[in-house]
Amino acid sequence: MALDKNQIAQRIAKEVQNGQYINLGIGIPTLVANYIPDELEVVLQSENGLLGIGPFPTEDQIDADLINAGKQTVTMVKGSALFSSAESFAMIRGEHVHLTILGAMEVSENGDIANWKIPGKMVKGMGGAMDLVASAENIIVAMQHCSKDGASKLLPQCELPITGIRCVKKIVTDLAVLEIDPNGGFRLLERAPGVSVEEIKAATAGKLIIEGEVPEMTF
Amino acid sequence: MINKVVASADEAIQDIQDNAVLMLGGFGLSGIPENGIQALLRKGVKGLTCISNNAGVDNFGIGLMLKTRQVKKMISSYVGENAEFERQLLSGELEVELIPQGTLAERIRAGGAGIPAFFTPAGYGTEVAEGKEVREFNGKMYLMEHWLKADFALVKAWKGDTAGNLIFKGTARNFSPMMAAAGKITIAEVEELVPAGELDPNAIHTPGIYVQRIFQGKDYEKRIEQRTVRQK
Repeated sequence: MALDKNQIAQRIAKEVQNGQYINLGIGIPTLVANYIPDELEVVLQSENGLLGIGPFPTEDQIDADLINAGKQTVTMVKGSALFSSAESFAMIRGEHVHLTILGAMEVSENGDIANWKIPGKMVKGMGGAMDLVASAENIIVAMQHCSKDGASKLLPQCELPITGIRCVKKIVTDLAVLEIDPNGGFRLLERAPGVSVEEIKAATAGKLIIEGEVPEMTF
Repeated sequence: MINKVVASADEAIQDIQDNAVLMLGGFGLSGIPENGIQALLRKGVKGLTCISNNAGVDNFGIGLMLKTRQVKKMISSYVGENAEFERQLLSGELEVELIPQGTLAERIRAGGAGIPAFFTPAGYGTEVAEGKEVREFNGKMYLMEHWLKADFALVKAWKGDTAGNLIFKGTARNFSPMMAAAGKITIAEVEELVPAGELDPNAIHTPGIYVQRIFQGKDYEKRIEQRTVRQK
């Protein structure tokens, strides 16, 4: 069975390590926060100027002056800090943020990512994504393996305008966990429960590297 | 202390002319200069270049000035959530320059700090890099980006004093401190205006030197874009 969005987030949460400062993108990445084990001490960064994102507010805690990068109302955990956008991106560019988790429309086998523009159709802008992918030491992408019409989004080369080059380290899709090989190619690390290697091969347009038995994911 | 107080938003923006370059603080709808935007709508100035991270939504923030066709060009990092914006952009009525968010923040900071250009890795290898100087430092590639300045910067703060010192609240600070410094004339609107001396100097985010005009704002709507709650 292919994973749903929450299961993708749950699997990515296993990559989180104690003591990390983490930036979560909009969409599935935001859901990762729900699955980070309580025993891990991590700090979530919001690029609009907050370190220490807490849970969504209850109705009586809502504050229009406290939102995350997706413009959702949030709360702050104890020990939070607030700052300007320039300071926020100094943290990002200066490689003080350890892990960036973001969504993608396409990833190429050398680690390029496209997620900001579909020419002639959708122009929303890159927001902070270009700054994040250019500087983060570890980038994990959360995405669907294929588009709604079945076309692979894991490609030899991105077809859409790219957000950053040679930056993605790991990808968690509804079908698999893969890492980008330094010499190019998607190295298959894990399969979604009940999904065969053949299915993943069929769904991957870029070079797929398979070595030995590929285990099923555990959560 | 120099007194920067003006009576109203209309007085504060009265010398903004057609084709002016403006910076407007805010991230999404958080921390936007609501009163200043209303005054610009009343004045009806046209041909504006607006530097702002976002372009508001269809019926609030800068989105209101798009509807009235007062904006010639937007310089932003993210412009989703605005159907009228997307329509004007795809039809070519509106000029748009999209800039990575960190680069936008730093270009504005550089403008206020007297740094004409700097190097950043953001956008290297993408269409953002087209026409820009590329340099290698320690084996990594960087783009040269230039400072941004504006004729007027419109920012909104939580508290301010008559000397123009500002304190922001929560994530409503975002781009405003850098914009305050990068505007030739900076107009600050505040939720609470107090006499000089009443704000703790240790707590000031934007020193009054960057602010030319300040006024007591009113009727803040503080609209929330994505009201997200959990049950108790």
